[in-house]
Amino acid sequence: MRSTYVMALRLPPFQALIDAHWQDVARLARALAGPDDGDDVAQRAWEKAYAAYPALTSAKNLRSWLLTITARCATDVHRARKPQRPLDEAPPVAVDGPETADWPDPDLWRAVNDLPERQRFAITLKYVGDLDHHGVAAALDTTPAASRRLVSDALATLRTKLGVHDD
Amino acid sequence: MTDLESRLTRLSTPGLRPPVLPDADVAYTLHDTPIGTMLLAISHGRVVASSFDDEETMTDRLARAVSPRVLRQPGPLDDVRRQLDEYLAGQRRAFELDVDLVLASPFQRLVLEDLPTHTSYGRTTTYGAVAGDIARPKAARAVGTALGANPVCVVLPCHRVIGANGALTGYAGGLDAKRFLLNLEAKS
Repeated sequence: MRSTYVMALRLPPFQALIDAHWQDVARLARALAGPDDGDDVAQRAWEKAYAAYPALTSAKNLRSWLLTITARCATDVHRARKPQRPLDEAPPVAVDGPETADWPDPDLWRAVNDLPERQRFAITLKYVGDLDHHGVAAALDTTPAASRRLVSDALATLRTKLGVHDD
Repeated sequence: MTDLESRLTRLSTPGLRPPVLPDADVAYTLHDTPIGTMLLAISHGRVVASSFDDEETMTDRLARAVSPRVLRQPGPLDDVRRQLDEYLAGQRRAFELDVDLVLASPFQRLVLEDLPTHTSYGRTTTYGAVAGDIARPKAARAVGTALGANPVCVVLPCHRVIGANGALTGYAGGLDAKRFLLNLEAKS
């Protein structure tokens, strides 16, 4: 016989989540979806999180819950755009232009942007989102082992592209 | 972590923007007044907090008692702030606000709910008198505790209740704040 423990779930005030994580969500959204769609993705992610919040069954790992929602919103935007954008057309992250002049590390932006979608998402979640492979896997509906592969393939490509040999 | 990995962790763009959300279940703001910073909160059009307690404590209590969808949104509190400012400038004697004592216990509600009718502007009463008003003449001490836990300070005028010997006794916002409010009402 199993016993059931009913624990009162103590969710923090939603404002505390915003204060603690809005910059992480905004940064991740831009890295995933590019500067044009990134802000829209972040806004949508917050709306979804806000709507779902009172029904949450766990108050653990709220940060990775938010980043997962952000990744799903970025995927939705990406899929919605795909039919209008043939493969050889401009990449989703526009890294050339006057508005990008003051971005840090434009070479890296460009190289990340050229990665296949899954690799780009995995590496962004891992490093910009600071998630471990379990967190990355959850956000991408895959396994930690697959996440590890995606990230190491992406790193290898970036090293070649950028000409860095640091390990 | 390799150099490439640390470059990746810093990948960012300037001008990040915070999200904009719909009207909160509980909207709150921090309001600076002559008697200190007050946290004001409203839920479904009713004032649920007007407190000297800190932001974290109060928003945690509101998240548990009302809804976790608590947001810092000053807009829905414009009217509350205006009335409070008028009162604190001596230009208003009574508040036209709906109050919800969702943060109070049943006994605290009994004590606090009718305070505006059991007290009057510019006059003080005693803990014993309030205990009599709610038909608990022996509960002066419990009344004092309930008033001390008032989640809707100033709007529900617990500052008008003092000790039988005339001592101010205590106030959530500090005795200076209590003195300020009583002086204000005496002058205006």
